[in-house]
Amino acid sequence: MKHSENKKNWPLWEVFVRSKRGLGHKHVGSLRASDAQMAVENARDVYTRRQEGISIWVVESKNIIASDPGQIDSLFDPASDKPYRHPTFYDVPNEVKNI
Amino acid sequence: MKNFKTEYLLHLADNALILSHRLGEWCGHAPILEQDIALTNITLDILGQARYFYQYAAKSDNKGKSEDYYAFFRNERDFKNLLILEQPNGDWAQTMLRQFLYDNYCLLLYQSLTECSDNQIAAIASKAVKEVKYHYKFSSEWVMRLGDGTEESKKRLENALENLWIYTGEMFEITPYETEMIKLGIAPDPSKLKHKWLENTQNIFKLSNLSIPKTEWFQKGGKTGYHTENLGKILTDLQYMQRSYPNCNW
Repeated sequence: MKHSENKKNWPLWEVFVRSKRGLGHKHVGSLRASDAQMAVENARDVYTRRQEGISIWVVESKNIIASDPGQIDSLFDPASDKPYRHPTFYDVPNEVKNI
Repeated sequence: MKNFKTEYLLHLADNALILSHRLGEWCGHAPILEQDIALTNITLDILGQARYFYQYAAKSDNKGKSEDYYAFFRNERDFKNLLILEQPNGDWAQTMLRQFLYDNYCLLLYQSLTECSDNQIAAIASKAVKEVKYHYKFSSEWVMRLGDGTEESKKRLENALENLWIYTGEMFEITPYETEMIKLGIAPDPSKLKHKWLENTQNIFKLSNLSIPKTEWFQKGGKTGYHTENLGKILTDLQYMQRSYPNCNW
């Protein structure tokens, strides 16, 4: 089954786009393409038609290593009782801009 | 007296309109969703170019007609598009090869028009060059992929080349209206684009395992209004609404 799937479908790619405002590349979705070059072009056509970005990254989905959804509790819950990690316990002087 | 500039503008506009109509026929039918979107993006770029040229043609013609008149109320004999652009889409290979052969020519033409003596045409060409550069990249990569792909894709591409090659010679023929435009420094001499076009074509063909056919005879006539039967069928579709409900809006 795996074999026939590969034969019929092109590999899946994850697409990341950097918006005009700078910042990092943000995951916007996925698509199918036969090779990396086609993946970039398809991403351009599918995800930047409305001027969403100025830069595209693509990576084949199989190369993404994800955290285990079954471990949500142990991975993320321990952070919930540590509000002191948020930088909210001091006043920002009015003179400091862009925070 | 004939208005040669209007004729030249209509030639440019008709090229874009007829090709965009053909490409639009793929909408919803392309092999995969991503290519469907890519091709309709290209279609809209080209339709946009058609509109700019029709708008300017309407102004140059000075008969108080709108761009729609030129697209929807002229007959086959008035259309000046290249014959290759009205040829059927065939399969994906034929559509991509037609696109490559034309993009290659169109890019050379528009690049030359950016430096022409008519500011409006130069401005339209400058905007369009960016679009056509991408179309050229897109179509040439597909030609390479298909030519260097499977037995099946190679066979289809060769078949497409056999169908389309005889229509490529017309791009470099000079019509009376182009002769006048060349004199005014508006149009480039199309025969002078041929050398570079052939060089680009050869380069891509080499990477696609294709060879240039050894044909001496080329079909021509589209640029002066003598078309293949395909154009009539396109216009039937394209002009139906305006012919049935003149001046209807949506």
